[in-house]
Amino acid sequence: MRFELGAGGAVTAIEGPLVFLRRVVKAGLGEAVEVEGGDGRARLGRIVALDEEGIVVELLESTAGLGIDDVTVRFRGEPMTMALGPGLLGRVFDGVGRARDGGPPVPEMVRRRVDTGTINPATRGLPKDFIETGVSSIDILNSLVRGQKLPIFSAGGLPHDRLAAGIAQTARLRGEDEAGFAVVFAGIGVSHDSAESFRAAMEQSGALEHTAMFLNLASEPSAQRLLTPRYALTAAEYLAFDEGRHVLVILTDMTNYCEALREVSASHGEIPSRKGYPGYMYSDLATIFERAGWIKGRAGTLTQLPILTMPADDISHPIPDLTGYITEGQVVLDRALEHRGIYPPVNVLPSLSRLMDQGIGEGYTHPDHPALAQQLFAAYARAARVRVLSSVVGRDGLTETDRLYLDFGDRFEAEFVNQGAMRGFDESFALGWEILAMLPPGELARLSDAQIEAHIAPVLARAEAEAGDG
Amino acid sequence: MTQAIITSVAGPVIRARREGGFSLGEAVHVGEAGLLGEVVRLSGDEITAQIYEDTTGLAPGDSVEGSGLPLSVRLGPHLLGNIYDGLLRPLAAEDVAQRYHLRPLVEPGESVRAGEALAEVEGPAKAQVLLVPPDISEAKLDHIETGEATLDDVVARLTLPDGTSREIALAHDWPVRRPRPVARRLPPDEMMVTGQRILDSLFPIARGGRAAIPGGFGTGKTVLQETLAKWCDADVIVYVGCGERGNEMAEVLHEFPELEDPRTGRPLMERTVIVANTSNMPVAAREASIYTGVTVGEYFRDQGFNVTLMADSTSRWAEALREVSGRLGELPSESGYPAYLSSRMSEFYERAASVETLGGTRGSLTVIGAVSPPAGDFSEPVTSHTKRYVRTFWGLDRGRAQARFYPAIHPLQSYSEDAGGLVDWWTAHGNPNWRTQRSRILDLLEAQAGLERMARIVGKDAMPPTQQLTLLCAGLVDDAFLRQSAFSPTDRTCPPDKQTEMLGALMRFFDLAEAAVARGMKVEAIAGARFYRRLARMGEEIADGDPTRFAALVEEMETELAGLGREVSDAV
Ligand SMILES: Nc1ncnc2c1ncn2[C@@H]1O[C@H](COP(=O)(O)OP(=O)(O)OP(=O)(O)O)[C@@H](O)[C@H]1O
Ligand SMILES: [Mg+2]
Repeated sequence: MRFELGAGGAVTAIEGPLVFLRRVVKAGLGEAVEVEGGDGRARLGRIVALDEEGIVVELLESTAGLGIDDVTVRFRGEPMTMALGPGLLGRVFDGVGRARDGGPPVPEMVRRRVDTGTINPATRGLPKDFIETGVSSIDILNSLVRGQKLPIFSAGGLPHDRLAAGIAQTARLRGEDEAGFAVVFAGIGVSHDSAESFRAAMEQSGALEHTAMFLNLASEPSAQRLLTPRYALTAAEYLAFDEGRHVLVILTDMTNYCEALREVSASHGEIPSRKGYPGYMYSDLATIFERAGWIKGRAGTLTQLPILTMPADDISHPIPDLTGYITEGQVVLDRALEHRGIYPPVNVLPSLSRLMDQGIGEGYTHPDHPALAQQLFAAYARAARVRVLSSVVGRDGLTETDRLYLDFGDRFEAEFVNQGAMRGFDESFALGWEILAMLPPGELARLSDAQIEAHIAPVLARAEAEAGDG
Repeated sequence: MTQAIITSVAGPVIRARREGGFSLGEAVHVGEAGLLGEVVRLSGDEITAQIYEDTTGLAPGDSVEGSGLPLSVRLGPHLLGNIYDGLLRPLAAEDVAQRYHLRPLVEPGESVRAGEALAEVEGPAKAQVLLVPPDISEAKLDHIETGEATLDDVVARLTLPDGTSREIALAHDWPVRRPRPVARRLPPDEMMVTGQRILDSLFPIARGGRAAIPGGFGTGKTVLQETLAKWCDADVIVYVGCGERGNEMAEVLHEFPELEDPRTGRPLMERTVIVANTSNMPVAAREASIYTGVTVGEYFRDQGFNVTLMADSTSRWAEALREVSGRLGELPSESGYPAYLSSRMSEFYERAASVETLGGTRGSLTVIGAVSPPAGDFSEPVTSHTKRYVRTFWGLDRGRAQARFYPAIHPLQSYSEDAGGLVDWWTAHGNPNWRTQRSRILDLLEAQAGLERMARIVGKDAMPPTQQLTLLCAGLVDDAFLRQSAFSPTDRTCPPDKQTEMLGALMRFFDLAEAAVARGMKVEAIAGARFYRRLARMGEEIADGDPTRFAALVEEMETELAGLGREVSDAV
């Protein structure tokens, strides 16, 4: 604690989350401040602007109950920091890193700023270890690798929570044990229910002692949402780069984060950009998402699985749009698939994993994995086009080949994308070839003759044998 | 040194009361840490500066020190093979004791002029030349070192006409916002070979040209730029990562040293300079990084190299302009961008050119900028202004990208104003028919779009065979020629000779198939023929581009089509 301004005289105005102070102390941009009202409750804030006369503090908690004459302001003399040490896992914290499970504070080994973490690109290692998630549409077509940031683009009412919890329980390197693995869950403006259901899912699978949770609930101040992912990531970085764990960070719901950003920006009177979101939203989101990765010479990795709900199911809305420009791909959930009872309702065409090429193929998964993925995409894209065509001219107006594509598309969704239990990589891989074999080999231009021989021919032979038997 | 005292701080912008003279564009050092900044506005006693580093902790009362010099970067032979931030400060540990070998090209006593080569400089990367600084129009060489020197050693001394003398080191500073002078600009009549079929054969770019790659997220801008950086036939690559991902920079750093430049056999990294200002780095430095990149590019161009600069992404640069402009309280124009967005963009693209250098040699700087339009909408301000200043436009299409059809360049939305000037180049490089082949393919793709609309109404089955054949041919062009995976070890780059062979095979197919259909052959029978699959995969399968294998393929096609034709006529 560096300086304290006693009650009275310091505050000139309070507007929304902003508190305006007379500049009677020397304090710098970004420093943390505590503002205590007549009610004796300390509220956390930070300095967002300074000039010769005044200081503007943005409070991350409710300003309700603060009076101009009865506040005490404490200047911490440093930006927001977080105490870190052993015992983070198995705990539940609030949106700004304070224990909310009744347990003691985490023993402080180090204290870190919550908003640094600009990894020098020259020190970054290249993410390339394939993570098996158990989801065919991800493992085969949009593979996740360690150190990647791969968001789930979802929408209200779609099962993103279930998918994320499922991945958090399953995601491992192929053939690896649990010890070095950890999950950090940041609930940003989430309902109590969805926080609880995640906790229950982790508990059920016995992974709760590998999990740390940071919760800013829907009922809690929205300005605090700006800090929740930063506290969670600071903890995750400690787990990854100090303790050497492979950390999966789930950030949900980033749409709430962006709404909070818009709200705070408006209260500063900034000129808004698209749909009222601030022009710096891209850079701001990047400071969160770029904290994924791994650093040469460190044992652990930090993988991010952010979840956002697309307002009005619109992928071109600024929130998914800017996110897509920052992250290394996206997994897009689709309402039409959900309506057809397909789980997980992953629409594979707009989905993408940009780091996939580094983590699959020879030495990682299977040498023919890239070709299989390529061919499945090409065929399914054609199936989608044929579907549009057939909705106009009818199935009979299609050519013979196009009708095969139509059937391929249906089966691909019903059997490959749709799955009950989690599938191992090998199972998903075999299933992919099986479904591709519906198409005449002449159509499979993305496969070499050898690949057709090795993977398609056996399926056809088996089918023939079965037909012969029957 | 002049000084000022900070009066206010807001994000990357500070205001300060000055005590002494400052000039616009002057570099300043701010606060105890000496953060680097640049004066962007002067008014009365107040200066406004944008700060290129994190401003956390800055407070009113902190001091601002003027440097007396415009914002500059340090140019020298050390740049190749290394990674720098937006202001050319090293991001990886630099070997300051690195020694370079000097071989003088001029004798003491001789007179020299601006831009003339004084010595050849050999270091860990490719050989370069030491030039007479551009501001010295005439001088006499007094002394020049032979042998080893470090970057800052004085290696030559010149006497100017007024009798003063100038010391020359291997490295020198240059203001980033000032273009380096040239003797004259040359017409864009030499092709920059990219090794990408859809570019070289359909939408080529000339050396010294300017191209834009607009596309929504995930459509392939970065992969295309990286692919060009790897396989285009430039001597030097300047790769500017402007407000994009850290992992992408790491990828270049990991991959390029492992890959070999097919023309020199040396690691690709040796011809590459990376300027990285990733999305989480200070936003003002993102604005500067574009200028830093072109300045580096011009520095190598002046040595007579063909330089290609990739800027990924110019939209992030424009957004940085917008953010700083907002903090300055300037009146916003379209979508909040400052009114000077367009003129800044033209200044940037204007620095691309094929030139005769001051030293009298030929050099070029080609600029390829990625554009990231919000929601993939090409009508937004950055894309539409960019269109005014580039001559080559490679528009990426979300539909193609989603079908994993790469590169996802849409042939009907792209264009090249350089194409007309490159007919002679293609003729000289073995393809006198390039112009006709190119328009035949473009016509075919145009026809395909129309027919596909029609198929949606009447159904493909109801279309006459000639139209079905047009669709088949266009589909083949897509699959066999335009598609080219950046990750295929055999097809990631395709030299002009091989492109010519492939075009030839396609043209032959169009003619033969047309004749066969006229004879009554079924289009589906052609598509099902054995040679058809070979044709569709020729880029991948004829890896070395061997002309005899193409000849064999064409022969197979001829026999098979003739054979199929006979069955048809026999049946009649
Ligand atoms: N030429 C190509 N060959 C093979 N794959 C490609 C090619 N171009 C793009 N891809 C695939 O598409 C993915 C996305 O491409 P890329 O990262 O270049 O997109 P982008 O346009 O730069 O997106 P953003 O604007 O978000 O940076 C790549 O990770 C790769 O998997
Ligand atoms: Mg990109």
